[in-house]
Amino acid sequence: MSELKASNISMVFDEPNGNRVEALQNVNFSLKQGELLAILGPSGCGKSTLLNIIAGFLAPTAGRVSNGDHTLIHSGPDRGMVFQQGALFEWMTVSENIGFGPKMAGTPAQEIDAIVNDLLDTVGLQDFGDKAVYELSGGMQQRVALARCLANNPDIILMDEPLGALDALTREKMQSLVLKLWKETGKTIILITHSVEEALFLGERLFVMAPRPGRIKKQYNLPFAEAGLTQNPRDIKTSPEFIATREEILSMIWGMEEEIMGNSQAVGA
Amino acid sequence: MTLIKSFTDYIGFTKSGIQTQKISTFGDTEAIGKGRLWSIVSVLSLALVWHMGSKLGLINPIFWPAPSAVWQQFISISQEGYRGFTLWEHIWASLSRILIGFGFGCLLGIPLGFAMGLSEKIRGWFDPIVEFFRPIPPLAFIPLVIIWSGIGERSKILLIFFAALWIMVIAARAGVSSIKLNKIHAAHSLGASKKQILQHVILPNSLPEIFTGMRVAMGVCWGTVVAAELVAANSGVGYMIMVASKFLATDIVVLGVIIVGLIGYSIDILMRKIEAKLVPWKGKS
Repeated sequence: MSELKASNISMVFDEPNGNRVEALQNVNFSLKQGELLAILGPSGCGKSTLLNIIAGFLAPTAGRVSNGDHTLIHSGPDRGMVFQQGALFEWMTVSENIGFGPKMAGTPAQEIDAIVNDLLDTVGLQDFGDKAVYELSGGMQQRVALARCLANNPDIILMDEPLGALDALTREKMQSLVLKLWKETGKTIILITHSVEEALFLGERLFVMAPRPGRIKKQYNLPFAEAGLTQNPRDIKTSPEFIATREEILSMIWGMEEEIMGNSQAVGA
Repeated sequence: MTLIKSFTDYIGFTKSGIQTQKISTFGDTEAIGKGRLWSIVSVLSLALVWHMGSKLGLINPIFWPAPSAVWQQFISISQEGYRGFTLWEHIWASLSRILIGFGFGCLLGIPLGFAMGLSEKIRGWFDPIVEFFRPIPPLAFIPLVIIWSGIGERSKILLIFFAALWIMVIAARAGVSSIKLNKIHAAHSLGASKKQILQHVILPNSLPEIFTGMRVAMGVCWGTVVAAELVAANSGVGYMIMVASKFLATDIVVLGVIIVGLIGYSIDILMRKIEAKLVPWKGKS
């Protein structure tokens, strides 16, 4: 059982106008295999930066990310990414998109077919394998993105606002699909979202991040994701505990926003 | 019946679906059909005006010949030839120059554009060269090209190559730059190597831009070859027009002009068909 660990991650950007921005300040956490972490925070809190560091697209100014014994530096097939949109390959069919990872690794065609068919079933796109991805709705495209990521059998799945571009109803359905895939595959998942409700519902663990400098403001361990596997999502989302936590986090984020606005007004005056 | 139906569908005479129910259509591009019916009417009226004008003696044949005279020249030149070559040989002379010059332009221009899109060093090195030569009309090089390689095939092909090269470089570079970072990141995290990303992601992603470049380049090449033949050649449609003008044979001149227009138009239609076949996702991502 490997453990994903972020130790003392800091990230400082130098802006063209000479300002230094502390996008992340001393971020520490560790995730056990199979944990689902949701990261929530206002714009500019560094959550995307953190995800890109874990993915290996950005090098942190200080600190290290490790999976088990080895330090993660470059991106690699051990960490799959699911983006908000626009990351599918339009020149490939649904099946070709899903089979991309195994094909690049030189897997024999028959094995790829088996993997792809299996995953088409898993994400509910049995009859869509030969379709072009641009013919699918936004929700279906995200199903393809999830399947493509799973086809590579990564240790960790990183999701950057994966449901952010979907309508409310599709979004709820996809949240349940994410929970189902999480349970069935036992993958470690880190999911970034703007939606408090989504973070609460999906995050077995939840970090609320604060901006300037970007840091983890508060951590939660939540029961809702586990419950979401068996119970009706609407019942969970309307339960008193869910609502109470949601309000607590919302007022925390409002507080951050006011702090920022207040600061900038003070600077302006 | 079905033939008539498919014809009326083709010219857009019959409309169906929600389009017929739309009320506010001004500026709604979806509500605007191809207008093929009007295209047919337009061509027929022009032909009619030409025919009647010549027949009634309103147009002086020295300035503009009658359609029948052009038609007779068409029959005679396609059978007996003009200046040692039949019409088809003239057309093929022009077309083959384009295909060779354009082919070399793509062969060198596309890889160079790719390299410029992918490497800072190569971009920096070639950028001033490309940007300097790009706005120069290839025809400005005719005197030099004639000095270098005479009025034979090579000089024309060199000019066409020059016309196509810069357009293809810029198209390929734009194609590389058009890729979304998300796609590259996705490919990296799916374990693709640099070579695999180039082959399976960057290359196909750039095809729409490359096709647009090819269409533009084909148009420019066609214009360039005709113009080059007007100056220096011993065969080709442009050469035919040039020689005929010296003898005031306006019927042959007009025949040449019509052929130039028709072939240019056909090339573009062909390119659009190929494009629709090869890059069906264009504009849909």
